[in-house]
Parts: sequence; structure tokens; C-alpha cells
Amino acid sequence: MKSIYFDNAATTPVKKEVFDEIKPYFMDFYGNPSSIYDIAKESKKAIDKARKQVADAIGALPEEIYFTAGGSESDNWAIKGTADALEKKGRHIITTKIEHHAVLHTCEFLEKHGYEITYLPVDEFGLVSVQDVKSAIRPDTILISVMFANNEIGTIEPIAKIGKIAKENGIYFHTDAVQAIGHVNIDVNEMNIDMLSMSGHKLGAPKGVGALYIRKGIKISNLIHGGAQEKNKRAGTENVPAIVGLGKAVEIAVSEMEEANKKITKLRDRLIEGITSNISNCRLNGHPQKRLPGNANISFEFIEGESMLLLLNMKGICASSGSACTSGSLDPSHVLLAIGLPHEKAHGSLRITLSKDNTQEEVDYLLKELPPIVERLRQMSPLYEEYIKDKEAV
Amino acid sequence: MEYSAKVMEHFMNPRNVGEIPKADGVGTVGNAKCGDIMKVYLKIENGVVEDAKFKTFGCGAAVATSSMATELVKGKTVQEAMDVTNKAVMEALDGLPPVKVHCSCLAEEAIHAALWDYCEKTGEKIDGLKKPVDDIDELHNTDSED
Repeated sequence: MKSIYFDNAATTPVKKEVFDEIKPYFMDFYGNPSSIYDIAKESKKAIDKARKQVADAIGALPEEIYFTAGGSESDNWAIKGTADALEKKGRHIITTKIEHHAVLHTCEFLEKHGYEITYLPVDEFGLVSVQDVKSAIRPDTILISVMFANNEIGTIEPIAKIGKIAKENGIYFHTDAVQAIGHVNIDVNEMNIDMLSMSGHKLGAPKGVGALYIRKGIKISNLIHGGAQEKNKRAGTENVPAIVGLGKAVEIAVSEMEEANKKITKLRDRLIEGITSNISNCRLNGHPQKRLPGNANISFEFIEGESMLLLLNMKGICASSGSACTSGSLDPSHVLLAIGLPHEKAHGSLRITLSKDNTQEEVDYLLKELPPIVERLRQMSPLYEEYIKDKEAV
Repeated sequence: MEYSAKVMEHFMNPRNVGEIPKADGVGTVGNAKCGDIMKVYLKIENGVVEDAKFKTFGCGAAVATSSMATELVKGKTVQEAMDVTNKAVMEALDGLPPVKVHCSCLAEEAIHAALWDYCEKTGEKIDGLKKPVDDIDELHNTDSED
């Protein structure tokens, strides 16, 4: 059976052009970039090129880009590095309730070490209030960390406005842009972003590579100690092929963004419209306009997400859910709870994330296959039975 | 996390889905908060489970354990049905991933809750049967909130 991939926020396949660019750095140009002979110089050159490609994508300088092992490391570094470097200034950090666990769990770790964290709430669409950010600032606030766009519901946060406030108050501003890069225009100077996390595998580069943008003049402590790589800021021999891939993938994603977004947005809207108009008792999660072009997150009442995913998988459709069963805990997605969904609706969510490689035929296939799956699970659900009986009683 | 072929087979083709009108015992356990609710209906004649049906809100394992548990109690005396453990349900399904073991416990509890209801209605006694924990209240609380 043909597989339809609708989980592009989880990961993406490596792009053909990216793979071609990477290949020579495994067996031909395998030199350690820190060495001085010719093949090593090729590795060094390749990293420099990637650094420029990444910098150009966000309006940064190449020397402000530091390669890491991925988005999680970048988030950990930005937050723990700031906490350590500015310990004397203060021990208060502002973030939100809907951050990725790489941010939330890092903040929880710092709480154990005497830091105070303000977790800002979000509105029903997942938007952080700029006024809330302002009000949360204290004399001992050292960092504001707000994600650029949410990975589950796709809501795009008012990053430029938050950046402005951070700047006015002399507070470092970090944003986790893992989901936003290549989908939303980002300019670190216009938006007053001091640190920005990104990941390669969300946009067609291999897994296990990412970058942290650190504005010139921002002083944060190292996370990974060791050799002198990355200007003494991030130790460890560079993952040359992956870094080459990240540079190429970011370059392609940004250059194709405008055209790709047009196509993806159209598919997404067809999908959302098709689902919400054909299936009763469901709702779109996230903001209707301020959302990532490829993200559709819909909650279906009376049914549970994992069951939906298993049945979709039987039809060759790959998607994800915020249900507890898919998170490995008893609690459903913290993001869906933060936007005010009751537990049972949070358990019944379906996230579909599109790429420009998806087609209208694929979307229409989902629109055909999903309603009977929802119906089948509802027929099995005691909650639906109760709902129908209550309705008939009225 | 991967399900056994048996779990997938019972999830894809669940046995005994539905309701029994005027059932002799009905039990509902679990709550929407943790994402699993099971409702079991039993038809009991002369102390024997003549039929069992279920409705479940939950994951693949929740559906499969409901299906298997209702299969296992059919044709058994109420005492034998009482002794169908979550372990027996799991073994019959060729095992469950560790995070899903609670689903099999829920299935056992659902059967017990239905048997309790039967005992309440008829005044029968089943050895070892305890009053089910009334988890379901939480569901109604959540419901009234929206």
C-alpha cells in the first residue's frame, strides 16, 4: 500500500539535493575540519559555507551561527547557558506553557537549582499575550524564551513584539524556531531575537543536526565542554555531512518558501474545511489565521487519538495526535490543555502536518477515509452513546 | 511501542461491540481524563454469562482488552468470570506494551463492575467481588465544565 506522509512536523525525508550535497563528506572529504591538510580544508570550507547559508536565512552573520546536535541541544544551551552566565544578575526566566519539552523540561531542571520560572498562559488560540510578557518582567529576569511557532497547533507567536519588549528591558530573548524556519519569514535583527534554535530534520536535512544563533555580544556559558570547535563555544568534532545538509536544506527551504507556502496553505485549508464540514462535533485547534501553513490540528469528540492513528495507518496514512497514549504518559498534550481543551477532547486530537510534496489527491484520500474511521470509533464509544441518548432525550 | 498481532487483530475486528438492552449487569470504569472509559454489559442466566458486550473510549489496547475480556467471560459462571484476571486478558492477547498494562486492569475492573451491578440487582453473592471504584464521577465533572 502507498504510504501518505502527513507528519512533517515530526520529521521530514532528506531532500534529494541535500543528500547529493552531503555524500562526498562521508568517504571523500572525511578530514577533521580542525586538521591542516587539504582534505580537511575541504571539510572546513564546507562548514563555513553551511554557516553562511544558515545565517543568510535568518538575517544573521555567519559568526553568529553555532552548529549543535539538534533543536533540543540548542534550547538546552540557550537556557542553561544564559542561566549560568547571568546567575549574578538574576535567577528569573519567563517562558510559556506551550513550549516544546526541550524548553519546558530544561526550565524545570533549573527550578530544581533555585531558578524561578514564569510559565505564561496562552489564549484559546494558543497566542501569548504581549502584555503578559511585559507584566511578568522583574528586576531579576534574565531571559525570555517564547517559541516562534507551536509544534502541535501551529500558532505563530508575536515574536517581533516580544523581542522589542525584551530589548527595551535589556533582557535576553530566545526563541525556539524549530517549526518556523523555512515556513515563516525570520529576521533576527528586525525581530530583536538574541538567540534562536533550529533543527535540520524538520526541513529536509538529516536528523541529529541543528544550530543555535547567538547574537554578537550575547554572553552565554558553554553546554558541551571539550575541544576548541565552534570558536570555543561548542566542543566536539563537527558532524560535517549533517552540517552541510543543514546549510543546503535551509537555503532551499527559504528560497522556495513563498511558493511552497501558497501551495501548502491551499491544501491545508482544503483539508480543514473538508474535515470540519463533513464530520460533526469536531473543532480546529490553534489560530485560524496566525498558523503555520502546513499545520491542521483537529479535535474529535467522543473518540481517542491513538485509535484514530492506528486505523489511519491501516489506510497508509501517517499522522500524529496529542493523546496521552501517543505521549507515553497518562496526560494528554500540555499544549491542548493550555488552550483550554477538556481532557477528553485533548485525547481525541489529530495533527496533520503537510509539506509541499503532498498533493491534493492525498488530501482528498484522507477526506474520504477519515469520516468512516471517526464514525466507527464513535459507534464503539460510551461517550458517544451517552451524547446520543442525551440528545434524543431533549 | 508495538502491539502484538493479536492485539491489532482484536483492535481491527473487536468482538462484542455494542449494548445489551436490559442487561443483567452493566459496569463503567475509567475516566476521560486519563483517556480510557470502558462500559461492559452482561446478560446472565442461571448464574452463567450468556452474553457480554462493550463500548470503549480509548486507545488500541483499551479496545483490544475490552474485546478479549468480554470473549473470555462468555459462557463462564459468574464466579469464573470474576476470576478472569487482567493477566489472563494480557496473556490471551500475547502481551501488551508496559505502558498499556493499565488497559488490561481496566478491562478486569469493567467486568467486575458489571458483576457488582448484577449482584446489587439480584442479591447474588460472588466470592472476592468488591465494590468498583467510582472513577467515572470525574468524567461527569469534566462534562459539566464545558
